[in-house]
Amino acid sequence: MEPVSFPPLSSIAICGGTHGNELTGVYLVREMQKQKVDKIGSVSISTVLSNPRAVDVCRRYTETDLNRCFTDALLSSPITDSTPYEVKRAQELNAQLGPKGSEKAVDMLIDLHNTTSNMGLCLIFYTVDYLNLQIFKYIQSKMPSVPVRAMQLEIPLSDAYSLDALGKHSFSIEVGPQPNGVLRADIFNIVKEAVDHTIAWLQEFNSGSTFEAGEVEAFTVVKSVDYPRDPVTGEISAAIHPQLQDNDFKLLKPGDPVFLSFSGETVKHEGEELYPLFVNECAYYEKKIAFHLAQKRTFKFPSIRMKKD
Amino acid sequence: MSSYNNTARLTEARRVAIFGGTHGNEMSGVTLVNLWMKNSDEIQRKGVEAKPFITNPKAVEKCTRYVDTDLNRAFTPENLSAPAGDELPYEVQRAQEINKEFGPKGSPEAYDVIFDLHNTTSNMGCTLILESSKDLFNLQMMNYIKKAIAPASCLVLLNEHPLLKYSTSRSVAKHPVGLEVGPQPQGVLRSNIFEAMRVILKHALDFIELFNEGMEFPSCTVEVFRVSERIDYPRDANGNIIAMVHPNLQDCDWEPLNPGDPMFQTFDGKTIHYQGSGTVYPTFINEAAYYEKQQAFVTTRRETLVASAIRKA
Repeated sequence: MEPVSFPPLSSIAICGGTHGNELTGVYLVREMQKQKVDKIGSVSISTVLSNPRAVDVCRRYTETDLNRCFTDALLSSPITDSTPYEVKRAQELNAQLGPKGSEKAVDMLIDLHNTTSNMGLCLIFYTVDYLNLQIFKYIQSKMPSVPVRAMQLEIPLSDAYSLDALGKHSFSIEVGPQPNGVLRADIFNIVKEAVDHTIAWLQEFNSGSTFEAGEVEAFTVVKSVDYPRDPVTGEISAAIHPQLQDNDFKLLKPGDPVFLSFSGETVKHEGEELYPLFVNECAYYEKKIAFHLAQKRTFKFPSIRMKKD
Repeated sequence: MSSYNNTARLTEARRVAIFGGTHGNEMSGVTLVNLWMKNSDEIQRKGVEAKPFITNPKAVEKCTRYVDTDLNRAFTPENLSAPAGDELPYEVQRAQEINKEFGPKGSPEAYDVIFDLHNTTSNMGCTLILESSKDLFNLQMMNYIKKAIAPASCLVLLNEHPLLKYSTSRSVAKHPVGLEVGPQPQGVLRSNIFEAMRVILKHALDFIELFNEGMEFPSCTVEVFRVSERIDYPRDANGNIIAMVHPNLQDCDWEPLNPGDPMFQTFDGKTIHYQGSGTVYPTFINEAAYYEKQQAFVTTRRETLVASAIRKA
């Protein structure tokens, strides 16, 4: 592959509290704001508490999920008295960190999340971006004792609905398992380290270093599976099977148990071999998702360096 | 006065309630009670009227701990005797309704036993919560349950602390039993946690059936962990926490905490050590709902209680 160069990455936004009860990002952003972190070497840093109202009440959102409000349609929708808080907030954030898709947008945006699923440290990308892949590989190499993986959702920019769609190059850092409303020190330390490594990489990049070509494995979501539900009430009638629970990223084969009903029946996986992710994420019960299923793919990337003009 | 050699004669425990959803986002109890309200075969026992009941339906519907105020702190004498009215917080109204249906608290008409099903984000495993060290019936039942599930463990937490004890939903009954199983995130249903709670209730109901049939339960000893002290997070002048439960303490419920052991870690990596005078056994370590109650964990002390033999009167 031909080497690729990019302009310097001089502005980064670190966002926490996009979901108000995912506490690692909330406290990391607050701590950075307390320490008045705004520039490290060549990189200027904005720290943003994305959904302060949800943070105040320690809930995922107040009216609607902020992390679904960044589609082109919602960002340009007219504001009225009945517009949900999160839709208004998304437009404020778009003005502050975007506009989405424009030259003025922040160079890099990292959105910090927690999950109740056993995902370890997972970077979430929306498009294949050589910069993001290089950073993923860098973080993996610097944190060998932590499971560091990447997940990809292929979505065109206009449909991209999450906060990280605002930055020119972005990803979310999703770390679990951590319950909503709980702050675990081990998870906090892992996320802080990943953010520190990302900032260190940006400085190296901006100083003119070349990052070698390579390849990484990442997981591309292909579908989602809902819980078995009572046909009349819609209530779930089974729990994630103990053999699937906490086994995110472990290959699921046809015939492997996925649900255990309250009356003791086992439901098995049918269809192709795939990797389960976001197994038993609290916030996904209302979105009718028990887990996602993904394929593992290898992504190659070229050597990259900063563009010198 | 020693009653070790006497068998205590106790009234039969006919009316038993199983409460779920006292906290609307603690899913094992919500799920079990809903299941048993649809089909109560599993909880039927000879000589026992077992009633499953959702205590906080509005909180369950919103999948939140409470709507206005914590129902499991609402059964105070003031609340229960306040004039009824729509201006009262939802949970206080609920407490009055529950007290009417399953109490009144402290009266002969009150339910014999109430099991209140809870989950915790703390790594407490299966825990039975006892409100009085003198409740022979409960002590014998807890002994029975512990033996029945061995080698799996079920520990007993005794909260008789004059200041830290609180007015629970179950306190309406003559024999209140708290059942706390974790770790489980709020709003999440874990199969292993759900099934563990189900098994404990099965043994509890078996015990009540045997007792009502006239079986004598010989004198026994029960190891309990008695609540001693509430420890809050270090906070700044604005009340914001400035440190987290230390990785060495996180998930170590029921393990000894000695003076000098790591207790909290600040955001910039410094360790704060436990400064108590002796070894304690911490529990409810990093429970989500207790950040707002100024509690990072509680300390307990180990004690062995002796329960005399019991038999139906």
